[in-house]
Amino acid sequence: MASVTFKKIVKKYNDNLILDGVDLEIRDHEFVVIVGPSGCGKTTMLRLLAGLEEITSGDIEIDGLKVNDLPPAKREIAMVFQDYALYPHMTVKENMSFALKLRHFPKDEIEKRVKESASILQLEKLLNRMPKQLSGGQRQRVAIGRAIVRKPKVFLFDEPLSNLDAKLREEMRVEIARLYQKLNSTIVYVTHDQVEAMTLAGRVVVMNKGHIQQSGTPLDVYRKPQNVFVAGFIGSPTMNFLRGKIEKQEDFFYFSNQSVKIFLPLFSFPEVEKYSGKDVILGIRPDDIILDDKKIDHAHKISGNVEVIELLGHRENIYIKVGDQKILAVGEAFSNFSPGSLVEFSFNYKNIHIFDATTEKRINS
Amino acid sequence: MKRETAKQILIHLALISAAIICVYPLSRIFTVSIRPGDRVISTDLALIPDGATFLSYMKLLKETYFLRWLFNSLVITVTTSMIGVSLASTAAYAFSRFNFFGKKSAMIMLLSTQMIPAGMLILPLFLMIMKMNLMNTYLGMIIAYSVSSLPFSIWILKGYYDTIPKSLEEAAMVDGTGYVGAFWRVILPLSAPALSIAFLFNFTSAWNEYLVARVVLFSSKQYTWTLGLFELQGQFITQWGMFAAGSMLVTIPVLLVFLYSSKWLVSGLTLGSVKG
Repeated sequence: MASVTFKKIVKKYNDNLILDGVDLEIRDHEFVVIVGPSGCGKTTMLRLLAGLEEITSGDIEIDGLKVNDLPPAKREIAMVFQDYALYPHMTVKENMSFALKLRHFPKDEIEKRVKESASILQLEKLLNRMPKQLSGGQRQRVAIGRAIVRKPKVFLFDEPLSNLDAKLREEMRVEIARLYQKLNSTIVYVTHDQVEAMTLAGRVVVMNKGHIQQSGTPLDVYRKPQNVFVAGFIGSPTMNFLRGKIEKQEDFFYFSNQSVKIFLPLFSFPEVEKYSGKDVILGIRPDDIILDDKKIDHAHKISGNVEVIELLGHRENIYIKVGDQKILAVGEAFSNFSPGSLVEFSFNYKNIHIFDATTEKRINS
Repeated sequence: MKRETAKQILIHLALISAAIICVYPLSRIFTVSIRPGDRVISTDLALIPDGATFLSYMKLLKETYFLRWLFNSLVITVTTSMIGVSLASTAAYAFSRFNFFGKKSAMIMLLSTQMIPAGMLILPLFLMIMKMNLMNTYLGMIIAYSVSSLPFSIWILKGYYDTIPKSLEEAAMVDGTGYVGAFWRVILPLSAPALSIAFLFNFTSAWNEYLVARVVLFSSKQYTWTLGLFELQGQFITQWGMFAAGSMLVTIPVLLVFLYSSKWLVSGLTLGSVKG
């Protein structure tokens, strides 16, 4: 197992800047998930680490050893590709033992390792099959098996579940989590699916436009997003963003725009005085909007009209309009709201996020 | 159901007609080859004529250098095909996978060589081979044939490589091979259908070639079968029986190569490798 360091990594394709001076430290045994929208540079990071692309400038180190000029074969990494990339002319067993044969492992050692990995991934009965005789999920398991037989220093996963259907994806997610507990190795996992990021990661690295936007535990990035991008990208349904100003009335501070006026208790925004009169963006997650009459802060409640209701089974999405401001709330299913009806709500002040309107950076601690 | 049956009947009719068109000339040549005397034209349409005899075959094998010509043809053709396929397979890989200066124009240049009529190449080929002192040699023939069939093979193989997902090589490289290893262990085995097509193309075009052979080879013992058979055609008389017998015999190697390579001509070799 090993640590991985990205030092000021720049990657350009002709004039297109894909990674713009990325710094990242991945500790030994850490499960790091790099997440971001398509084109943010996350897969490029993984391919640079694997040695499948050349770095424009900067250094990558594995266990303190600079690997910039090492070919993929010598980096002691194993990679699971998005499209499985199984060798179609080889059986499952041959696919899994290919790397070991190339490294001239003794036959009984190869046999032992393949058996071990096959049993972890329940592939024992499929060892003599060809890839075309396998289902999508089985192929993905073989691809993972091909990586784990190697016992590499670092595992790289490039959106390994994106080709699977929802149910299978869930199963494989659990399987990967179990595998990590068993192998306890360094894993770098790339995905655009925030559910995978939140459930699997020890640390989430959120990327956008070639920059790391935030790196932290899943709870960190969810509860304390450092900027508007992270706040909007992490969490489903997406956070509500309201643009407005901080106003002081008597001794109290409020966030206000043309449609809403929201009370801001000091504990939710201790630095509020500094921003009085300034433009800000207020973020609130749909599940931090309180609809329950017993829990609402009646002194500062807001009234709006229900526009649309989406029933999701156990929960429902309630789209509310307050003046010109649209707000999405999540409530218990069958909450007796109907489109057009009046609804009263307040915010869970503990989980209010305030961002500077110009820099879009978080300003409340 | 009825429509399906009608469709099947139509397809079969078309295939049977095509088969008859292909086989008929061959059957006539066979008839001529076993007809006594050197008669090409006869009112008899029977496949096995009256007094059928293999005398022409015996005479061809005993009284001419036919076996030698066949051997010459085989050496030249097999070597040409092997050189052609090995050079084309690596060149096509470079064209398919790497970006380099002049790649596009090189591909177009390769293609444009195919548009020059074969006759026009005779003189330059003759001059080149003569200057290299390779007249009347196997090597001269092999070089002449290889250069003319390479461009087409490269295009065929490049087209096929383009359909093989790049992630397969990348997986192989992460697993421990270099570019050459990935090419050898992953790309080549998956390209068997295209390689066999290229081999067949090289083989048949070299096997049946006459013009270049006519210019490069001049001693009867060095002849390929195409030149050899032509020798049977005299100024006043042509030995049609032997000519036909020779024509029948030369189809055998091509037939064998076709039969053998047909097992590689299977589709779907890359199935299951990546998400389809």
